[in-house]
Amino acid sequence: MDVIAQGSGKIFTDPDADKARSFFRTKNRKLESKVMTVKDAVEKFVHDGDYLVLGGFGANRIPASVAHEILRQGRKNMGFAGHTSTHDFQILCAGEVFNKLDVAYIVGLEARGLSPNARKYMESGKVDVSEWTNYSLSVRFKAAAAGVSFHPARNVMGTDTFKFSGGKIIACPFTGTKYIAQPAIYPDIAAIHVHEADIYGNCRVRGITVSDFDVARAAKRLIITCERLITNDEIRRDPSLTVIPYWCVDAVCEVPFGSYPGNMYGEYFSDEDHLREWMKVEQDPDEFKKFLDKNIYSCKDHFDYIDRNGGIRKMQMLRQKEFMFIGARS
Amino acid sequence: MADYNTMELMICTAARELEDGASVGVGTGAPCAAAMLSQKTGSPNLTILFEAGGAAPLIPEMPISVGDSRTTWKALMASGMCEIMETACRGMLDYTFLGGAQIDMYGNLNSTRIGPDHQKPKVRFPGSGGANDFASFCWRMMVMTPQDPKRFAEKCSFITTPGWLEGGDSRAKSGLPLGAGPYKIITNMAVMDFEPESKRMRIVAVNPGYSEKDVQDNCGFELLKAPKIIDNPPPTAEELHILRDVIDPYRYVIGR
Repeated sequence: MDVIAQGSGKIFTDPDADKARSFFRTKNRKLESKVMTVKDAVEKFVHDGDYLVLGGFGANRIPASVAHEILRQGRKNMGFAGHTSTHDFQILCAGEVFNKLDVAYIVGLEARGLSPNARKYMESGKVDVSEWTNYSLSVRFKAAAAGVSFHPARNVMGTDTFKFSGGKIIACPFTGTKYIAQPAIYPDIAAIHVHEADIYGNCRVRGITVSDFDVARAAKRLIITCERLITNDEIRRDPSLTVIPYWCVDAVCEVPFGSYPGNMYGEYFSDEDHLREWMKVEQDPDEFKKFLDKNIYSCKDHFDYIDRNGGIRKMQMLRQKEFMFIGARS
Repeated sequence: MADYNTMELMICTAARELEDGASVGVGTGAPCAAAMLSQKTGSPNLTILFEAGGAAPLIPEMPISVGDSRTTWKALMASGMCEIMETACRGMLDYTFLGGAQIDMYGNLNSTRIGPDHQKPKVRFPGSGGANDFASFCWRMMVMTPQDPKRFAEKCSFITTPGWLEGGDSRAKSGLPLGAGPYKIITNMAVMDFEPESKRMRIVAVNPGYSEKDVQDNCGFELLKAPKIIDNPPPTAEELHILRDVIDPYRYVIGR
């Protein structure tokens, strides 16, 4: 297939579908318990230099406990997909965890404004950047989930976003129409926060799924954090609710309020005061350092972090806020 | 007529563009407020879609994120990014509203960076998010933005999101889907559209209190003029009431 044009951006992961197949051939399919702590899961499955994807959307259903633990364990030189990555991006920038980045949406926290520290890191010259869009990254995960090396799409063409991407423009072999071929991302490691999972890693998600269905299947290793463990019998009672099957999963960590300070659909709303505080302290490097020490580096785990920010009373308040509108459904 | 601010005027102008039965892909902030206002005034059957997966909600109050729980309030479906963008790519999304740090005479938008060095930019912005996708696929792309000469730039530092690219038939040649593209630009001073042949931005309506000269003086490139330029009507009392008391009581957007 002839390449009509190509972007100058790097491709940080190998899109080769056969290499991915030989990896997945070795992946465990035994129905065995994968329950462990977040600390153990990060130690075991997240390595320096790995390409990382975090699930959810910005500050909604994010695996916050995994992001914090990656900082505590000091991971460096990672690749990362900034696929509407807002608060999770802010956390990873605080630890300068990655230096290779596929960008769709970064630096900002949507209506809340821009993160001064994330912006500083992105303007420092320390990060190798390829440009994409949200849909582009979604279809790159979709290609990997389908076990192929690229996915065609009709966005991005004609723009600088294409010029600084790693995409290639090709002509359709049937119609001659131009498409951008977007290379598959097989992440080394992904972490996704879900509502419910059994001990084997069969997962249920309520509300929007963003790209997590494909990310779970594309990733070579997958850490699941869940609001609560449920029984395998419950999974089997209604398999239509399972969105991620156990054979994609390497670790299951039960972390109630695991998306905090983010929003979890039907469980709790985001802690806007705490997110505002993050943005504020980022303006002063000394204040920011103290803030990170308090909230991440000196915390034993996610429960410790929650205890330092209002504990169960705060969680109850955020639950009530979520149910102010979710609970009113009938 | 009641007093109003420029953000309220832009939202009311935008809301009137969305006809009943149409579909619109929106982002947070002003675009979402416009869609909500439209749904609560002339277009109760407006289908609102959010890139993160929320489809056809009846939104109770302003979401903070296009992926937060409010985007699926009484929705018909909670889906995902591919579902929404594929719906747009199939040709089933009529409108989208976008913004950006810079816009040029062909409606191209920059929301990526300022400065020539991509790895070490002078200013880094968030990037496309879903803006490039919506602008590529939705039939009519609209922009809501304050008007000033720095923002309305002769040339964007970086084209994140496609407008009419270099004008004429350049967009069609690029490979983007045919027939879709920038439709209207709504600012605090005026409403612009695009001259059909050259695809250059032109004034079609001027807001109360502003003149055509004000609009041109606050634009970094030469604007064309439509054969007939009309006065854009101010917000009605009903529109302002719904916007202020129902949609955005905490003034997240209209207080800016």
